[in-house]
Amino acid sequence: MSQIFHKSFNTLSKASVVLGGLLAASAIAWLLGANRAPYISLINVPREQPVPFSHKHHVGGLGIDCRYCHTSVEESAQASIPSTKTCMTCHSQVWTNAAMLEPVRQSYQNDQSIPWLKVHDLPDFAYFNHSIHIAKGVGCQTCHGQVDEMPLMMRKNTLNMEWCLTCHRAPEKFLRPREEVFNMNWTLPKGQTQEQLGAELVEQYHVQKLTNCSTCHR
Amino acid sequence: MSANLPPSPAGRTPVIGPGHDVGSIIDKISSIVLTRDIARGWFLLLSITGMGVLMLGTSIAWLLIRGVGIWGINEPVAWGFDIINFVWWIGIGHAGTLISAILLLLRQEWRTSINRFSEAMTLFAVMCAGMYPALHVGRPWLAFWLFPLPNTMSMWPQFRSPLLWDVFAVSTYATVSALFWYVGLIPDFATLRDKAQNKVGKVIFGMAAMGWRGATRHWDRYEVAYLLLAGLATPLVVSVHTVVSFDFAVSVIPGWHATIMPPYFVAGAVYSGFAMVLTLMLPVRAAYRLHDFITLRHIENMGKIMLATGLIVAYGYTMELFFGWYSGTLAEGFMVKNRVMGAAATAYAALIFCNIITPQLLWFKKVRVNLWLMFVISIIVNIGMWLERYVIVVTCLERDFLPSAWGDFHPTVWDWSMFIGSICFFVFMMLLFIRFIPMIPIFEMRALIPKSQAGARAGQAGSSSTSTPH
Amino acid sequence: MSEPTSSAVPVEVAQRLAGQSGRKYWKSLGELTHDADFSARLTEHVRREFPSQVEILADPVQRRTFLQLMGASLALAGISSCTRQPDEHILPYAKTPEALIPGRPLYFATAMPWASGAIGLLVESHMGRPTKIEGNPDHVASHGATDLFSQASVLDLYDPDRSTTTVRNGRGSTWDELVASLGPDLEAQKLKGGAGLRILSGTLNSPTLAAQLNEVLAMFPKARWVQCEPVNRDNQRLGALMSFAEDVAPRFDLSRAEVIVSLECDLLANGPESVRLARAWADRRRSAAGMNRMYAVESTPTGTGSLADHRLALAPSGIDRIARAIAQAVGVDVGAAGGAQLGGEEQSFVAALVKDLKAQAGKSLVVAGEPLSPQVHALVNAINVKLGNVGKTLHFAEPAAPVSVEQLASLKRLSEEMARREVEILVILEANPVYDAPADCEFVAAMQQVPLRVHFGTREDETGVLCHWHVPASHFLETWSDARAFDGSLSIVQPLIAPLYATKSAHEFVSLLAGKPGASGYDTLREAWKARMGAPADFEARWQRALHDGFLADSAVRTREVSLKKFDAGAASVTPTGELELALRPDPSLHDGRFANNGWLQEVPKPVSKLTWDNALYLSPQTAADLDVESGDVVEVTHAGRKLKVAVWVQPGQARGSATLHMGFGRTHAGKLGNGPGFNAFALRNSAMPWGGPATIARSGETYKLACAQEHHDMDAMGFERDLVRESTPAAFARGEYGAPHLHAKPAESAAGAGHGEKPGHAEGALITQYPAYKYEGYAWGMVIDLSTCVGCNACVVACQAENNIPIVGKEQVARGRELHWIRIDRYFTGAAHNPRVVFQPIVCMQCENAPCEVVCPVGATVHGPEGLNDMVYNRCIGTKYCSNNCPYKVRRFNFLLYSDFTTPSLKLQRNPDVSVRSRGVMEKCTYCVQRISQARIDAKREDRAIRDGDVVTACQQVCPAQAITFGDINDKNSVVHRQKALPHNYGLLTELNTAPRTTYLSRVSNPNADIPQVAGS
Repeated sequence: MSQIFHKSFNTLSKASVVLGGLLAASAIAWLLGANRAPYISLINVPREQPVPFSHKHHVGGLGIDCRYCHTSVEESAQASIPSTKTCMTCHSQVWTNAAMLEPVRQSYQNDQSIPWLKVHDLPDFAYFNHSIHIAKGVGCQTCHGQVDEMPLMMRKNTLNMEWCLTCHRAPEKFLRPREEVFNMNWTLPKGQTQEQLGAELVEQYHVQKLTNCSTCHR
Repeated sequence: MSANLPPSPAGRTPVIGPGHDVGSIIDKISSIVLTRDIARGWFLLLSITGMGVLMLGTSIAWLLIRGVGIWGINEPVAWGFDIINFVWWIGIGHAGTLISAILLLLRQEWRTSINRFSEAMTLFAVMCAGMYPALHVGRPWLAFWLFPLPNTMSMWPQFRSPLLWDVFAVSTYATVSALFWYVGLIPDFATLRDKAQNKVGKVIFGMAAMGWRGATRHWDRYEVAYLLLAGLATPLVVSVHTVVSFDFAVSVIPGWHATIMPPYFVAGAVYSGFAMVLTLMLPVRAAYRLHDFITLRHIENMGKIMLATGLIVAYGYTMELFFGWYSGTLAEGFMVKNRVMGAAATAYAALIFCNIITPQLLWFKKVRVNLWLMFVISIIVNIGMWLERYVIVVTCLERDFLPSAWGDFHPTVWDWSMFIGSICFFVFMMLLFIRFIPMIPIFEMRALIPKSQAGARAGQAGSSSTSTPH
Repeated sequence: MSEPTSSAVPVEVAQRLAGQSGRKYWKSLGELTHDADFSARLTEHVRREFPSQVEILADPVQRRTFLQLMGASLALAGISSCTRQPDEHILPYAKTPEALIPGRPLYFATAMPWASGAIGLLVESHMGRPTKIEGNPDHVASHGATDLFSQASVLDLYDPDRSTTTVRNGRGSTWDELVASLGPDLEAQKLKGGAGLRILSGTLNSPTLAAQLNEVLAMFPKARWVQCEPVNRDNQRLGALMSFAEDVAPRFDLSRAEVIVSLECDLLANGPESVRLARAWADRRRSAAGMNRMYAVESTPTGTGSLADHRLALAPSGIDRIARAIAQAVGVDVGAAGGAQLGGEEQSFVAALVKDLKAQAGKSLVVAGEPLSPQVHALVNAINVKLGNVGKTLHFAEPAAPVSVEQLASLKRLSEEMARREVEILVILEANPVYDAPADCEFVAAMQQVPLRVHFGTREDETGVLCHWHVPASHFLETWSDARAFDGSLSIVQPLIAPLYATKSAHEFVSLLAGKPGASGYDTLREAWKARMGAPADFEARWQRALHDGFLADSAVRTREVSLKKFDAGAASVTPTGELELALRPDPSLHDGRFANNGWLQEVPKPVSKLTWDNALYLSPQTAADLDVESGDVVEVTHAGRKLKVAVWVQPGQARGSATLHMGFGRTHAGKLGNGPGFNAFALRNSAMPWGGPATIARSGETYKLACAQEHHDMDAMGFERDLVRESTPAAFARGEYGAPHLHAKPAESAAGAGHGEKPGHAEGALITQYPAYKYEGYAWGMVIDLSTCVGCNACVVACQAENNIPIVGKEQVARGRELHWIRIDRYFTGAAHNPRVVFQPIVCMQCENAPCEVVCPVGATVHGPEGLNDMVYNRCIGTKYCSNNCPYKVRRFNFLLYSDFTTPSLKLQRNPDVSVRSRGVMEKCTYCVQRISQARIDAKREDRAIRDGDVVTACQQVCPAQAITFGDINDKNSVVHRQKALPHNYGLLTELNTAPRTTYLSRVSNPNADIPQVAGS
């Protein structure tokens, strides 16, 4: 009787086996990539803000200390975004009628908050505390990147749990002396490796490797 | 009905009725599939169960919308119909693999006419079962966390949990059964392809047959593959329900925390499995006049197996009571008391009647060859096995350690709709199966012809299913 | 009147009860009677009570839509799946307030006004949102603890059903309109000297407000100001007038009392005033040595009665008799008719009691509850004088309320005046007479006669809707005011937040009447205080000081000498035969109904009955048997010519022949949650006998569904309760018996584990295991709960709810057994049903060292921390519920549906920002307040020190008036909790399962009087 299928179907069927496997593999690979890709993690994506505040200018250029604005970073969970009053301490003197600062002046006059867009946004079930990380010698720059070179603020790390764990599992790889925490351009002292320094600091600051769930989740 | 067939020289009823040759078998079986017209009864049943499937769908949708709170579960009874049904269905699934794998290895060629049927049953039962663990979780959209997938949290599942073992056990079981079933089907798909009248049929069956030409090489490969799969499936029969039983055995709850669980769960599984095969097969046999292929001997054998496994189950129950006393702990003792004469007494009594008392009838050959009785018994056993899971899951949770924390479980409409819905889904699939796929392996039956005609003893012709028909 | 029909469960109960004696714990009548078919019927009954097919959508708390629901759930599902986080915004202050550090709470001192004396509070405020109430440690009435009303009051602040704007004849209006329109009317009144003006308020305990009102009365000499609230001290007042011929209030000093006799008085577990009393009492209970002894005679079981060493359940008239008998015995002249005949049991009880009292003359105390008649109050005063207790265990001083009047009488007079059309303007200040005035006042009808009615209150309640004007009142957390504590100490009520809506404080409202509409509450208060202090030069400093402390130092009212006058004790009250004695009492959760719309208080199980979302007519098992009714049957009560249909609750411990109905339910204009539940007791109330009296009960054939948090079950001879709740006595201690004998293998304890290890002889041998015990270096958190002092007041339950964002689930869900409280106060009865003793056992997560829940979670959502905490990770939980099944203590709670309210804005403000709000499908449980532990750890680390004992205080521990809960690091040899775990009567629950619980209990130690044959002790 006549053939139902053409010869080529043999090859086709064999190929389909291989192709199917490849397809599945690539699908998984895509998923894993996607979760870490800028689209999801927003790494290196400068975010538009109501006022185009430039850390590059204020920190890099004018050399203002982080704590001048992020006042509570040493005693609270939140570093805190400065109140409009803080901006006005200078901007009541300089750039008093710059157009781009209009929202700031408005906010100050009407006592209305400026709706800043949250750049480093952890999910609500993750409880991060700035003060303790500062106290244990985790530099601002370690997580937030080279802020002093960012015209507009952007994420430099995924803020994924796996990323948190890289440090919580091996703090010595990231620690620096307390007094250098706010230094944006800190580099290792000559002839010292991060491992050595880190090990010392872990010793000195009694740094624990807190990886149990309730450290961050409640 | 055909209660008095001419006994074979062996004194045993043959596995195929007399007067069949290769052609007649092929025609008989394949005609069921290849015929164009649709039997009215079949269609009626299909539409009824179809509605049941819709009900199931609705229930699931509502479940996803509102959460598991639509069921009757509460504190302390956090597992209800969901887990009961899961265990029940998984158990039913066991018969298929047992029949096709173990009996194959044991050279029980009488199995051939019923193995595909029960394999299909296994598949659909596993589908029903698999549905529940996925849906019983509070946040089903995160159920994929049960699988060890790489993720941005660098979190793995918790491998000490019996629930996780379930995931692996059940998924493996489903895969292997599916493969086993399909491989067995290939030669028949080929037959159908060749007998199919229209193009569509040819193409579909052709694809399914994967270019099977019945060449010796094909048969050779086929035999190897089939035997390997059988070998692979055999341990699963035991492992799956053992693992399922760990869900309970590993816990601390009185009535769950017992070493007897694994063996008696497996026995129970086979027990209910065979019961379900009978429940489904007897009507089909009558409807499609398959008396010559599914003979009384099949039915009687299944009866024997039910009796055997039923007795093991009975032993299990006795042990539970014994442990209650022997453990010497008040909680265990109270559990037994509560079962026998406490709040759970009614369910327990019914369970004993269905699973222990009724099957004793199977000691008598008269009963085993009486189709109606067998049908009724099989249904009673199915109910009994469901009750068993109810008693284990619910009544143990209702009364555990702290009297102040006791609670009662009252099923809601949604509990029932999902249970009945899953049964409908099961029957629905079976109906499609018997209509579109040869429910009896044609080629294997053909292989049996010479023996049945020569009236040869079953045991000798062990290589039956391995001889290529030419 | 009742023939024992086959269906009458209670009848058999009664029969069985006759033979009951000895020790054995039981949870319900069914169980006590060990009767299989009884249980069958009971189960059937329960099934009837809780039909399983009930449509969950009808749930009062379920008002969320599908989308919101899924959205919320997915929000929690969070980043793990391929979802990009939605953009969020940060809104920093434009000008930061001083002293505020974003992310850290501030605490402000304030006080909750209360008729019998305000309680000082410290309120936690997150970025200006008051979220949690704590007691003010320096305040005389608090000592750092609070009652459950103060705890729950923060929820009232955010109640979505509060009224938000001024209402005129049902239409929205404004304050200014009110001022404009009220002006002329008041002017008109001025001309008549205010003859037509009446002001009705609750009991005022704000001196400043009182002063303002007097100011108003000065402007309107003929006007009258009526104070009345349903729960008042009229009888106490009249009693004092009889016995001392002056209006003085007793002030108890339990710390000096060796013997306490409480007559129909929930001394230790009722309202703010009980907080300090429970503390003083508990301090005297702790040491097995110098333990005080308490006798209680009461009609319905209360926390106090449950904790008493001897309890007698008698109908109110019986209590009257007992009081007279005691009086006679200690030599008080009760007059000719004043005596009383006692039954056998009563006689021996009184005899032993009096012997004790006399032995401890000067160191004893007899207390009479408000419901008792003025004569009894007078007699009790006389008893205390005779025993020489006055000046030692109690003092007398003028009452806390600045102006003390006979309240119900003046209310009655007011309604008569109104009925006679003598009243032209009625101003109602934060009172709700339409709902809670005694029925015989016919208040509504009378009020309709008043041409102008102005209502000032926090919600448009039953009274508000019937007034021409409704002015929304601010919550006390929004207002400047002051209040007097029980001893008269001036406490400051300081606002934590600006009024959420266009509301006014009472001061601002009264200023309007005084013709100064503009005056701010703050100025009024400050001026008043300045005047009171005599405008000292350093006023500012002292004012600031007072603001900081929350009260004015040594401003207590001087106690005064009293001399006993001769008075006529009248005759003992008798109940006509064939009638029951109805007792109307304030509800343990809702008080007089003012908290009716507070979900936390509606859902908290009542101390003894464990009912939620309802009140019911409590009947003793025997009475129920006589009447042939059972729990859930609806009966018609007739009292003082009024009828009311009420559901029955068969309550062991209820006095035979008495029927108790709690006030505060059956409201119609309380709000979404408060409308509906229960039955309105005020419909029966009669101003002549406000606390109840003779009543008849008739079956109606209807049934009503009651939601009980601890269901009824036949428990058979379960056998191990005795080991769950262990008891002892000082005598037994001496013999080295610290509780019930262990029925099981001794539990394994890790090195740090649940104590025991200290004293030889109590070391629990470890179970054999092939694994080495985990060594807990560093901190090891543990808790000890003292069963001897837990009065079951529920403050911890509500505190936990407030601290941990625990949602309410509604009556329907409670009936299904799905309540979410992380603390479950287990209640066990012991002894015979007519007068059992009640034992409370708070159950929190045991934080097992070998936790059964942890091994079975397939996704690792509950895991063990290095400090022994059993961490629950909500965001990892997928809700298999396996952990709950495997928890022997059943302390885990599951969000079967979306219980948390993700939509109502005002409720979001109350949430604790340090705790996740759980969504549907997630398991939750007590975490030992891990958020507080984390904060303490971080603070300690930043100072490079270890966490000190007392740095971490759990919410339940902090609120407990009796300090029954101790928490801390059990590795710290100097910590209190460590010492407690070393006590001989420290034991763990179900330790034979080798769970090694971190939460352990101290056996309940009671101090029975050997002369009284009873069940306490072993």
